Amino acid sequence: MRNKFADVFYELGASDPKLCIVVADISPAGSIAKFRTEFPDRFINTGVAEQIMIGMCAGMAQRGLRPFAYTIATFTLYRPFEFVRDDLCYQNLPVTIVGIGGGVTYSTLGGTHHAQEDIAIATAIPNMSVIAPCDPAEAEAATRWCATQTRGPVYLRLGKAGEPVLTDGAPEPWEFGKLRHISRGSDVCVLTYGPVAKMAADVAERYRAQGKSVSLVCAHTLKPLDESGIVEVLKSHDQVVVVEETSPYASLGSRVKQLAWDAQATCRIDTFCLQDEFIHHYGDHAELLAAHGLELDAISAKLNLM
Amino acid sequence: MKHQDLSPGDAHEARRNAFDAAAARARCMRYRRRILDISQQVTALHVAPAFSCTEIVDLIYNELMRWPEAGQSPDVFLMSKGHGCMVQYVILEEMGILERSDLDDYCKPGGRLGAHPDFGVPGIAASTGSLGHGMGIATGMAYAERAQARDGLVYLVLSDGECQEGSTWEGAMMAANLKLENLIAFVDLNDFSGLERMSEGHPAFHPLLEKFQAFGWEGVKVNGHDADAIEAAVRARSGGKPFVVVSETVKGKGVSYMEHVPIWHYRAPSPEEYIQACEELVEISG
Ligand SMILES: Cc1ncc(C[n+]2csc(CCOP(=O)(O)OP(=O)(O)O)c2C)c(N)n1
Ligand SMILES: [Mg+2]
Repeated sequence: MRNKFADVFYELGASDPKLCIVVADISPAGSIAKFRTEFPDRFINTGVAEQIMIGMCAGMAQRGLRPFAYTIATFTLYRPFEFVRDDLCYQNLPVTIVGIGGGVTYSTLGGTHHAQEDIAIATAIPNMSVIAPCDPAEAEAATRWCATQTRGPVYLRLGKAGEPVLTDGAPEPWEFGKLRHISRGSDVCVLTYGPVAKMAADVAERYRAQGKSVSLVCAHTLKPLDESGIVEVLKSHDQVVVVEETSPYASLGSRVKQLAWDAQATCRIDTFCLQDEFIHHYGDHAELLAAHGLELDAISAKLNLM
Repeated sequence: MKHQDLSPGDAHEARRNAFDAAAARARCMRYRRRILDISQQVTALHVAPAFSCTEIVDLIYNELMRWPEAGQSPDVFLMSKGHGCMVQYVILEEMGILERSDLDDYCKPGGRLGAHPDFGVPGIAASTGSLGHGMGIATGMAYAERAQARDGLVYLVLSDGECQEGSTWEGAMMAANLKLENLIAFVDLNDFSGLERMSEGHPAFHPLLEKFQAFGWEGVKVNGHDADAIEAAVRARSGGKPFVVVSETVKGKGVSYMEHVPIWHYRAPSPEEYIQACEELVEISG
């Protein structure tokens, strides 16, 4: 996703002289390095200084530029939180904050590098839009949208590398603020977003192997959430399963349950997310997800799919 | 507050004479080698950041901190540049505070050592890894020592990169306001952040020592690979203010292909590169 973002940003930036990227001492991956060489005035490195990264983006946006802020997910939101809230959100400026490695992608770097509550934090701020693409193709679509939108600030939560393409055969295009059906069925609906979508797709596959008719739905826009789309999903399936890589608070799972209550939905709902816990466990991304309970067999066992 | 053996005088001289620079050089070579060995167990780790501050961290643990009982010190070591923790881990291993098996399990499931230090692990004073936290925590620790009439010294290692964080300077100003003479900071001034050379990308970063002095600190600039010089500088401080050793270092010091080359910020050497690195290691005297 990181490289896809870089490629698309380079392409868009080459033709839009207002597009800028402000990083805080993070090596520009892939084509961002090329962007830096060709457009040095539109690549700004603040050094290890995230507050000024966000503050500068605000000022640049107020004076006519279209900046993207870019660093490791934790450092986009946590260190400069009030700058994000006051400078970007309160002033409602169209700045995109690109967080690389949302969730626990940076597994062995430990808790200081895990953005496990970023969705809750970002969605809690008025005016903020929150997008977490499921695969590189969605990262591309979201980047294109961010580069021209005029709504206000966006938190674009990306994975790092190696996410498979899942949305190739999707019957509908990516659209901001709308659920995206990757496949349509009638018994079970698996709702997901972010790099963990691959695991959700595998869960859907296990249901299919049991003869169920399954929908796989990408909820890439966490805010504004497609509430009517979710109610529609709740009403048209016997079971809804949510798989996401974020803490339980303000998670998609908790939102789905709220909406289900209000809509008097009668389907079964199962939710899987990260634990509300700092887990001191090292290993690769999949191993850390497993330590949080996000693992295909563990989920399957809870859903009687084994 | 009373601090031990820091004013010029007999105690200071005695201590100076006891400092064995040759032993320190041998230790540092051993630590670098051990880090290279561990690098072969994982796909990535921060070698160059550790090699940059090997002499500084060795000096703090083995010469400056007091160890009246094995493994117990009234003083504190705080690694603010958490990603440099490999050198801390191998020293803690040699001191018997961490086990060999801890380092064997570095970054592995079941292990307790990750790429950044975690509070709660033996010998680790604070969870660092997000840059710019150490100065505030160290200021609080030094204040707590004084408030409770204890003579503990707080030794803090900062990277130059984290001196770009505003939080570092908020802490620096407060430490000087409080006249925390029991706080001794070392800046690992290798002139590289993750992305580029400070003097090229952020020329206003320099001069650094003068910035600390303007914030009310006493300080000196030394060669950060010359343990003898660092030791003498710390012992010769006059007190009454927090003290900073702006230590000029080389990121990746000791391995030719790593020195000043940004990719080695976070990369494990291949087996061939590992052999070359081991062959190149020598005792460093500045
Ligand atoms: C707040 C924060 N921002 C960004 C990072 C990512 N990061 C890790 S190391 C590093 C810079 C490395 O340079 P420096 O701080 O000078 O350390 P050294 O040269 O001693 O390795 C950065 C930006 C971080 N760990 N914390
Ligand atoms: Mg540095």
